[in-house]
Amino acid sequence: MSLAKRIIPCLDVDNGRVVKGVQFVDIRDAGNPVDVARRYDEEGADEITFLDITASSDNRETIVHVVEEVANEVFIPLTVGGGIRTVDDVRRMLNAGADKVGINTAAVFNPEFVREASDKVGSQCIVVAIDAKKVSADGEPLRWEIFTHGGRKPTGIDAIEWAMKMVEYGAGEILLTSMDRDGTKVGFDLPLTRAVSEATTVPVIASGGVGNLEHLAKGVTEGLADAVLAASIFHFAEYTIQEAKQYMADCGIEMRL
Amino acid sequence: MSSIIAVVDYGMGNLRSVSKALEHVVQDGVRVIVSSDADEIAAAERVVFPGQGAARDCMQQLKDLKLDEVVLQAAHEKPFLGICMGMQVLMSHSEENQGIDCMNLYAGNVRAFSDGALEAQMQSLKVPHMGWNKVSHKQAHPLWNDIKENSRFYFVHSYYVDTEDEALVAGTTEYGIEFVSAIARDNVFAVQFHPEKSAHDGLQLLKNFSVWNGKV
Repeated sequence: MSLAKRIIPCLDVDNGRVVKGVQFVDIRDAGNPVDVARRYDEEGADEITFLDITASSDNRETIVHVVEEVANEVFIPLTVGGGIRTVDDVRRMLNAGADKVGINTAAVFNPEFVREASDKVGSQCIVVAIDAKKVSADGEPLRWEIFTHGGRKPTGIDAIEWAMKMVEYGAGEILLTSMDRDGTKVGFDLPLTRAVSEATTVPVIASGGVGNLEHLAKGVTEGLADAVLAASIFHFAEYTIQEAKQYMADCGIEMRL
Repeated sequence: MSSIIAVVDYGMGNLRSVSKALEHVVQDGVRVIVSSDADEIAAAERVVFPGQGAARDCMQQLKDLKLDEVVLQAAHEKPFLGICMGMQVLMSHSEENQGIDCMNLYAGNVRAFSDGALEAQMQSLKVPHMGWNKVSHKQAHPLWNDIKENSRFYFVHSYYVDTEDEALVAGTTEYGIEFVSAIARDNVFAVQFHPEKSAHDGLQLLKNFSVWNGKV
């Protein structure tokens, strides 16, 4: 198998600025998305994901300009998510230079939107983001459900079935986040990742819980993920992307070095 | 000397990345234009033919915008770079959309990775084929200058070019099967991957194209 597994740093962008503290010693302005993206590109990131967390819809346009500016200078795939609700939103991001657009809550409230968007722009541009939380009690067979609103609102929808349905509706990729693990730094929810990867025919990106390089490697070797997404371990310069890729390659994982 | 590279805009996907990547690597005096004007494309020294989406829509758009002839003409006479769908529709036929006739510049079929005949090999492989994969050079070519054998490029596609014309093959990639990831003949070079999204090696290929005289 010569296709490389991917490492994807994720940047939270609020009103056009990178938040959650990015720390590079030699970067003049760690809040500037262009500087940060350029730096990750130089370190060998396989893709970059921007998550727009801008609360006010008045300021939604700023992310479009961010994408334009980054795409002018950084020549690797870019994904943009957050607040994508209409086919027009999708088109605007693609025209700004994004290669893929992440759809999350809107898919839960209106699954047909995923079908419509993938019909219009092609499945390869549509990433469905799934926020899942374990709902089975200890000792019961494992079961996860979809949550919305940052993991606060349960929907009663089974995560595995939902992933399969989204692929049927035209998702070209699944971004799978464990809400139990997000921010904990104890590693991916590997059984969840593996279950979704085995149940679907499109690439799966594992997300939520990375605290060290072993976690990234296990996402692939045990979770069977096609790509791994992480934020804080790269932003706080605990590890460079190069180190992460080398570590994974040393574990026998096919990587682009 | 002023020269123009025209990126053919036929409404299939965002061409901004392609034009920005070209602008990033061209020499002074070279202009990159994104155009759906047949005269402009005919007048350009070099033509880039990108595209993403479905084969049926691509062929329809080319006809509706009356660009099919100028694109074919360019492919016969000047340095020409096809990218992704812009490689696939150069072939005679695609199996996408229940079968569609393409531009028929070269004999060959465009087939699905998820084709039944491939099922055994493709088991457990995800489609689309998405990510960075190796390209093995099958012929020496000016567009491979300063690009190492087995360098990785970014791919995203569910269909691939299948041709029996071995001499056409410029590069291959392995994904369950070994498939044709680059073709070359005379003044035409076409790739299944996205050089505009393939970091340093992708930019090198675009740079090579921007100075290529169309001769092998």
